[in-house]
Amino acid sequence: MTEFAGSQYVIEIIYLVASALFILSLKWMSSPATARHGILAGEIGMVLAIAGTLLHHGIVDYKWIVIALVLGSGIGIPLGMVQMTAVPQRTALSHAFGALCVTLVGTAEFYLRSPDVPKFMMSVLSMEVILGGLTFTGSLMAAGKLQEILPQRPITYKGQNLVNLLLFVVAVGSALYLVLHPGAKIFFPIIVGVSLIFGVLLVIPIGGADMPTVISLLNSYAGLSAAAMGFVLDSKLLIIAGALDGSSGLILSIIMSKAMNRSFTNVLFGAFGQVQASAAAGEESRPVRSATAEEAAAILLAANKVVIVPGYGMAVAQAQHKVRELYDALTKKGVEVRFAIHPVAGRMPGHMNVLLAEADIPYDRLIEMEEINGDFPQTDVALIIGANDVTNPAARTDQSSPIFGMPILDVDKAHTVMVIKRGMSPGFAGIDNPLYYLDRTLMLFGDAKQFVGAIVRELSGGH
Amino acid sequence: MNTSLIDALFVFMLAAFIGFEVIRHVSPLLHTPLMSLTNALDAIAVVGAIVLVGEKKSTFALVLGVIAIVAATSNVVGGFLITDRMLKMFKTSRPSKP
Repeated sequence: MTEFAGSQYVIEIIYLVASALFILSLKWMSSPATARHGILAGEIGMVLAIAGTLLHHGIVDYKWIVIALVLGSGIGIPLGMVQMTAVPQRTALSHAFGALCVTLVGTAEFYLRSPDVPKFMMSVLSMEVILGGLTFTGSLMAAGKLQEILPQRPITYKGQNLVNLLLFVVAVGSALYLVLHPGAKIFFPIIVGVSLIFGVLLVIPIGGADMPTVISLLNSYAGLSAAAMGFVLDSKLLIIAGALDGSSGLILSIIMSKAMNRSFTNVLFGAFGQVQASAAAGEESRPVRSATAEEAAAILLAANKVVIVPGYGMAVAQAQHKVRELYDALTKKGVEVRFAIHPVAGRMPGHMNVLLAEADIPYDRLIEMEEINGDFPQTDVALIIGANDVTNPAARTDQSSPIFGMPILDVDKAHTVMVIKRGMSPGFAGIDNPLYYLDRTLMLFGDAKQFVGAIVRELSGGH
Repeated sequence: MNTSLIDALFVFMLAAFIGFEVIRHVSPLLHTPLMSLTNALDAIAVVGAIVLVGEKKSTFALVLGVIAIVAATSNVVGGFLITDRMLKMFKTSRPSKP
């Protein structure tokens, strides 16, 4: 790609335009009003880039390219049509595909060029396949956990951090060796193989509730590996797209870990979420107050301000449409209903927003934690549906709690708290929630969809 | 080769900073479609695979390249499709509030 034939200028200009479109695309994602323009810009940029590449003078045969493009589209369409509740695992899967592409291209490039690989290129090539390899398997593991094919509780074993460290050292060491001796082809499969294993072992010990941070990190790695590929192929387009992606993922990961008040190292290596022995053993005989749908409906009706707190449980129960009916029913009776969205509610950043938007709930009713937390003391009823740890007051006061310091929604400051839950089992932090034992709290035991449906019936039937 | 390397590093640095600035302003409402969009953009890696398959320098490269194109294209098509679906759902309060 260093000789500039005539057609090469055209391609480079096209890439320049595509890069600008990508940047605009992300810029326009800043608000729902402009976001759809953002997609259009991205699509045009992508089509331009692909079309431009087809003009490349080195291409001798288009047959396989076309076949592969068609095949890929055929797989992409059903993947693009999944339900909103499946978006986290679909996202993880697409990270895996992206990393797969990068790793495969890196591998092919190595074998085409070896032993003639300059030091810098070998270094970025190694980074490309190490990042790509671990992101590939890591994302597959994440997708498996989210789809609940793999167990959601962390799978841990003694000395795992040491094993991970060793694997990483082997990979980096082999890469260093290859930089100095680019002809030593045997080391390449070692690098790739070790990275693949490393990806599996890295993600397996991470619990389901930490997935938002992990998915964001994997997003970032996928982007960085694409940027590395850009260095290898001397393609500024790839470098730009990869850098944009990498920083996006990084920002999201930082937001996620701040929202859980845990550092990256803690998320990756801390095996958070094994059910605490004390919580599990002492199946609390402390009494909780519970209520029926009738009683809940009456309380909601008497309220002026209601805040609903949705969580992963709502997604699992597919209750978002019933929640929308509740929103409608209450709003018609003059009750002000808003939704408090904790940044890590759900299994990926912004998941709750998408689910509620899918149910046609207007997005100006979806309020971020920082904005709404101050309003809880004036809130008559806080209705918690399928959320647990994000409402746990122990995070404020109990220094021994694993979630200590995590910013939470101050639902215990509302006048009345109602919690829809299937039972008293702990959430993903594996701990008990003192909120449930307060005098002002009423437990509504049952499946979220059915219970909310019952409340809606009470609201419309009785009056 | 060296000036092109330095150029590439400059570009990377600038792009990373632009990325930070632009993404910082994305509303948390849209974090999920943001992630699927950046995924779709990431699939730009397909251009590297296209050249690989088109140049046909070895069968090994051809096979790996084809798989790579399939994986990346599925991300492009699926990613834009799902991001668009998500964004279509975001509506404001209906103006008629009783």
